[in-house]
Order: sequence, then structure tokens, then C-alpha cells
Amino acid sequence: MKLMRRHRSWLSVLFWIAISFVTLFPIYWLFVISVKPAVELFSTPELLLRNVYWQNYIDVLNNPTLRGYMLNSLIISSCNAVLVTTLGFLACYALTRFDLPGKESIFFWTITNRMAPPAVFLLPLFLLLTQVYRIGDFKLADSRIGMILVYCTFNLPFAIWTLRPTLDAIPRELDEAAYVDGASPWTVISDIVFPLARPGVAVTLILTWVFAWNEYLLAATLTNFNARTLTTGLSEYVTTTGTAWGIMAAISVFTLIPALIVFSLVQKHIVAGLTFGAVKG
Amino acid sequence: MHSKKLGWLLLAPTLLILGLFGIFPFLYVVWVSFHEWNPFAANPAKIFNWAANYRKLVFDAQFLASLGVTMAFVFFAVVSEVIIGYLLAQAFMKDFPGRAFFRTIHTLPLIMAPIIVGSIWKLMTTPSIGIIPYMLKHTVGFDLNIGTSAVAAFAITVIMDIWHWTPLVTLTLIAALVSLPSEPFEQAQIDGANKRQIFWHLTLPMIRPALIATVFIRLMDAMRTVDEVLMLTGGGPGSATRYVGVHIFREVFPRTNYGYGSAVSVIVLYLTIVICWLLYVSLIAPRTRKGSS
Repeated sequence: MKLMRRHRSWLSVLFWIAISFVTLFPIYWLFVISVKPAVELFSTPELLLRNVYWQNYIDVLNNPTLRGYMLNSLIISSCNAVLVTTLGFLACYALTRFDLPGKESIFFWTITNRMAPPAVFLLPLFLLLTQVYRIGDFKLADSRIGMILVYCTFNLPFAIWTLRPTLDAIPRELDEAAYVDGASPWTVISDIVFPLARPGVAVTLILTWVFAWNEYLLAATLTNFNARTLTTGLSEYVTTTGTAWGIMAAISVFTLIPALIVFSLVQKHIVAGLTFGAVKG
Repeated sequence: MHSKKLGWLLLAPTLLILGLFGIFPFLYVVWVSFHEWNPFAANPAKIFNWAANYRKLVFDAQFLASLGVTMAFVFFAVVSEVIIGYLLAQAFMKDFPGRAFFRTIHTLPLIMAPIIVGSIWKLMTTPSIGIIPYMLKHTVGFDLNIGTSAVAAFAITVIMDIWHWTPLVTLTLIAALVSLPSEPFEQAQIDGANKRQIFWHLTLPMIRPALIATVFIRLMDAMRTVDEVLMLTGGGPGSATRYVGVHIFREVFPRTNYGYGSAVSVIVLYLTIVICWLLYVSLIAPRTRKGSS
């Protein structure tokens, strides 16, 4: 019996190795392109690399503008992910625990903000950020704080929609018991509900971070220099004289590294909730 | 139970931000959609033209065709993603060596920006320089040409979307599955329920809210896909992959046809809301009604 179980777990490993080939192939190909000189790109494709050409990476590393873009991307997506997950969590707590009039309509309305086709909404957002939302000389356009707020339009609804099932699944009896013991709402949220919702919070944090990190159209329209992100930096290599695919691929490989670090840090928390038997006691 | 004031206070920041950055742009787009407006033309003024943009849209064969291919794209992509994503999430529930490692690998496509995904799939599938057509030709003799074959281009955009977004479904479903209490499942096994019964009567009802939320997110994101497809096929060949997001982009950017682009956006947004609302009502409402009675 035990032997059979071990046998099965190795079958799982084989299955995942096969899946990983499919998952990794386009990423491998991205790497292949990043280490090829431009002339080789348009010859017959070969599956394996013969010689590696690092010049694209050297070019990227020696470019101080791109380093600035990387920093902007990191700050904007990290702040945005933390902001939307926190606000989304509080909003979901209100939606699941309070008897507010019209709360189901509010819940549905939040997601409609994500449905808008982006191309047309660029212009009104641009006008708002350059002309309406400004304090003296400070404009939200081309500022990190502006991008953090604008990214809420698609990330906050996402956070609310992914966190709500998690909070719905946490028994209300736990909150009630704590309130009876005289806990404040803040203690209940931070010490009881939050730890139980950890897998959902971790997934929300990862995914909102990724959406902000990868966003392109809004960043391209609403930033010039100060808050320009790495994805817009990429598009600067698509020019009228042709696309510098090699450099573009090298930057893309660089964009994967911080994302990979964030993923491995947060993924640990996607583990089984702690005390679902707690209600009975 | 608690004071309603506290509830509204917790919701306030969300409502404020979405109001400031969501409602105003929407109202602006609705307003522009009733105008003839091309900011870069000889006459850049907005000319109020009643519902002419909407009338044009109803008879615009290109828009209607793009709506059709979008629906097909969304259907094939989202259905495959949900099925594959669920199966993979379920497979991750087993304990096996290297699980965390494989989970990280499986989520890698997500961390690539759509414009990168579009570029890389373009480089992989362009005839004569791409590896996929090359391999297909030399192994099975199939000639894959996304530049001329509408079906091939459509299929590649669907496959690209599945490759890119299935991990999102897997991740959200993993979060739902690990949060499930274990007692009902142990009880069911003791009572001798088979795997299929456990899936239909236990797992599915219990993860349904998370499943619905995930389907919604994928549905609306697929409806407004732009960057990936624009990079991969540019909407072609012909208009085989000119999905509504791409169609609007083409109206607004190269042609600077803002009034008409706004009208199309409003209609697409409206259609997305209607589709999601119908799904929402049919999937969630019966549950709450049952719960309250």
C-alpha cells in the first residue's frame, strides 16, 4: 500500500515535468532570442543554442534609464498590490459582515470598473490626471502616486471579487464570539479573520501585483518620464526602423526576476487555513 | 448586528477611489459617444450628433464581425482555462516531491506582461522564422501560417491566452481548495462516496463562489484583450482576430475616431455587464434565495 502511494507520487512528478515543458517553452524561447545577435534571428530556427551572445544584457544593464523604470515598476506595483488588497479586504469585511442596504449592487458595480475596454478610457483618465486632480503645480499624471491610484480601477475590483469568497467561507460565529469577549472590530479583523483568510490574501496580493507590474496601455499614456514603467520601456524598442527583438527579450527576462522573487515570497502562505474546526469548540 | 456606520466606513476608501477614477471617466466616455469628434482632424471640435454613432454601429459589419469572433475567442479560451485550471489545481492538492517548485514554474506565464507574451508568441509562430511552424512542417508536414490562415491565427490566439491565463485560474482555485474544511470529505469517504459523487456534491458546491468569481474575471478580461493580440496578429489576417478590444484600439489610435470609438466602448461595456449580470443572477441568486428561505 505504501509502495503504491510512493509509486503514484512519482507519477505526479512525471506529469508535472511534462506540464512544465509546455509552460516553460515560450519562456525558454524568450531567453534564446535574448542571447542571439539580430542577424541570426531571421535565419532558420534551431531548438538548441549553439553559442551565447550576451551583448543585449550588457546593453540593458548599462542603461541607467531602464534601471529607473525598473524601480518605478517595483514601487508602483508593490504599493498598488498592498493598497488594493488592504482596501479590498476591508471592503469585503463590510460586505460579508454588515447588513448594508444595496450592498449586493455595490459589489456588482465594483467589478464593472474592470470591464471597460481600455483604449477609450485612456483619454478621460489623461484629462483627469493632468487637468482636474492637481494641487498647485503637482499633477497626478506622470507621478508614482497617480499610477498607484489609477491601477486601483482594475485591481481593486479584482481584489474584492477574489477576497469575498474567502471571507464568506470564514464562519461568522468566530467574529461573534470575539465580540462577546469584548474585542474591538479592528482586533477581530487583524487577529481572527485575517489569519484565516491568508491563502486568499496571498493569492490576491500576487495577482494584483502581477496585473500592476504587467500593465502597459495606461502606463504608456499617463507617464512621460518620472513614473515610466518597465513595460513602457520595452515598447521604446519597437520603432519605425524595426523592432530590437534581442534587447526587448533581454529586458523581458529582467522583468521576470523581481516577479519571481515576489512569487516565491508570497507563495508560502498559500497553505491550508489554520483552524476550521474552531467553531465547534 | 454591528453599527452600519462602521460598515460604510470600511467601504468608504473603495467607493471613493473607484468613484474618482471609475465613474468620471465613464461619464466622459458616454458624453463623447454622442459626438462626432476627431481631435486631430482639420476641425477638432466636438460636434453633437445625437445617436448617430450608435446608429452607425448597429450597421457596422466590421464591428458586428469583431463581436462575433470575440465571443468565439472568449468561449474557447475561458472554458478551456477553467477546465484545465481546475484539474491542475486539484492535482496540486496531492502531496508529491517538489510541489512548491512545480507550482512556481506553473505560475511563470502570469508574470509576463501581455505585450511580452504577444511578442514571444509572434516570434515563435511567424512562418519561416518561428520554431513552431518549422517543427510542425518537419515532423508532421503541417503548414501553419498565421499570416494567411484565419483559423490558424484564431487558434494561436486562443492557445496563447490559455497558456498565459490558466495559471490565474489554478492559483485562485488552489486558494479556494486549501481553505475547504476536511471533515465533510473524510465523512463522505467513510460513507463510501466515490470520486465523482464527492466532486459534484461536495467540492463543486463548496468552491462555487470562488469558481464563479474566477470565471467572471477571466470572462471580462478576455472580452477586453488588446495588447497580446495586437502584438501577435495585429487583428489579422483580414479581421480574423480583430477582437473588440483591438477594434476599438484601431478606431481610436490610427484613425483617431474618438466619438465612434467611445460609442463602441459603451456598447461593449454594456454587453459585458449584461452577460456577467445574467450569469451572476442565474448562478448566485438561486443560492441566496435558498439560503434565506
